[in-house]
Amino acid sequence: MTSETKIESLPRPADVSRRGFVGGLSAGILAAASEPARAESLADIPDRGPGADLGAHSERSRFVKLDRIPEATPGKRNVDPSDAINSKTPHQKLVGNITPTDLHYERSHSGVPEIDPAQHRLLVHGMVQKPLVFSVEDLKRMPSVTRVVFIECTGNGWENWKKADPDLTVQNTHGLVSTNEWTGVPLKFLIDLVTKDKGSNWMLAEGGDGAGVDRSIPLTEEIVNEAFVAYGQNGEPLRPAHGFPMRLVMPGFEGNLNIKWLRRLKFGTAPWMTRWETARYTQLLASGKARQFQLRMETNSVITHPSGMMQVQPGYNRISGLAWSGHGKIAKVEISTDGAKSWKQAQLSQPVLSKAQVRFQMDWVWDGKPTKIVSRSTDERGNVQPDRQSFIAAMGTNALFHYNAQQTWSIDEAGRVRNVLA
Amino acid sequence: MSSRNKLFLAGILTAGVLSAPASAFDFGRPATPAEIKLWDIDVDPNGRGLPDGSGTVAQGRQIFASYCAACHGDNGQGGIKDRLAGGQGTLASNMPVKTVGSFWPYATTLYDYIHRAMPYPTPGLLSTDETYAVTAYILSLNGIVPADGKVDKESLPKIRMPNRDGFIPEPEFDPAKLFRRK
Repeated sequence: MTSETKIESLPRPADVSRRGFVGGLSAGILAAASEPARAESLADIPDRGPGADLGAHSERSRFVKLDRIPEATPGKRNVDPSDAINSKTPHQKLVGNITPTDLHYERSHSGVPEIDPAQHRLLVHGMVQKPLVFSVEDLKRMPSVTRVVFIECTGNGWENWKKADPDLTVQNTHGLVSTNEWTGVPLKFLIDLVTKDKGSNWMLAEGGDGAGVDRSIPLTEEIVNEAFVAYGQNGEPLRPAHGFPMRLVMPGFEGNLNIKWLRRLKFGTAPWMTRWETARYTQLLASGKARQFQLRMETNSVITHPSGMMQVQPGYNRISGLAWSGHGKIAKVEISTDGAKSWKQAQLSQPVLSKAQVRFQMDWVWDGKPTKIVSRSTDERGNVQPDRQSFIAAMGTNALFHYNAQQTWSIDEAGRVRNVLA
Repeated sequence: MSSRNKLFLAGILTAGVLSAPASAFDFGRPATPAEIKLWDIDVDPNGRGLPDGSGTVAQGRQIFASYCAACHGDNGQGGIKDRLAGGQGTLASNMPVKTVGSFWPYATTLYDYIHRAMPYPTPGLLSTDETYAVTAYILSLNGIVPADGKVDKESLPKIRMPNRDGFIPEPEFDPAKLFRRK
């Protein structure tokens, strides 16, 4: 793993085999970690012996470096954390379907409040017979649901609306989606507790952050049956960045609707037209009109291995990535290794869960000639992830949010993987 | 799982057999009208939720200079944070400028947002009258309220924003059609 610290220093064909396989991970990722000793022969493997003391927490190996990256708006990367508006998941370094808790993407509108759960309350009121106040302990005593779902910021993919900066990683392009297991109380249970008026079909959900982020949520049958107020994340209490001590989880819908630090649910008859559902999370079309209440996240996928700034070697490669849809389960993922001319179906890791990311993979033998690789997903409702051209034809380039066009990575004759529009 | 929760799950699983399983037990506590009023800050496009009080453009100019201009620039022309004025006529261009004047569909949202979220370091710092005043000033910067104007809970919902018709609801969640009786 030592020689791949600079992507410019290309391995010669003789170097391929083992280190070539690892080469895909290089691209500056391992550069910051300490230089590991080589172990070409089993005789080089260090002797065994007693290890470190057992601790209260298990930490990552010092040989593993995994970090989110705080960023701002498209093109504003490597910003000071105080200027960041989001922090992105390093999909290029992850495997499987579940995002490690500390690497789940984050979008916060007024920082991360420090909330003492003993001093946090959820008010449920409006068009109800019995307005109630709940503590965290109240919620924990109620029947719970546990579900693996993706949460995706509507800004995911926004780097590529107008142009493709070639030097982006998949963390830059698609780091605003993650999948965790969440545990909490069904919204339906709370609705029954307060006895919502039948005439109320919209709900305002509001956070306890400095911005008091609030969104209007239509109480469709799907949302009433699937939404829940979560207090658990991957088996532990929510992390503060993700809404501790409680947040709304809205499987398949805009990340912004999954209100963090939830402190109020109010029932009414029409949307409140909050700043976030008017001025912010609406999609400006080429006509100058903006699409509003595009609440569901679309069918999407991206190849994570190999992806932007990695390097591939001729011969065998395993293509892998993630697919997800706010409509339900992913039905299939197809991969093209010839610039979208021909497609082959990838394997999906089982079981495929509704509204959760699923890992796909496919064998590929690269002939060493420049090409482009791209994935496209189809969900169980028959929605197909659009190609870039038809997507832009429909949405224009000003929408800023809800980008789900197919992601193309180009590979040059040296095996360098770069971000391109198509 | 406690036996009580098992009872609950049984109630849920046999929905239709047992009526109103959730209300059979007590969770939480009743919310008092006084504490609801304390937290019930949302304002809707009809003006429901707007408090008594008022503010003028002139008052708002002073408050804006003290609390807002550092981030939003003099006259709301933008700084380290969002531009608030101008941009009309740019939405269909390749460089759209989305401001209160060019993009926001409801003036009531402006009061609501300033009240709940601004000034960024100390949300809630401004009084009701000061919030009305800043709202009036930002609207005046966009030519929506005259320089000698004033806003209150009666006038704000009546303001027709320039981009009021600039939004197309996604058909699946169009508020005008969703939940309509068949």
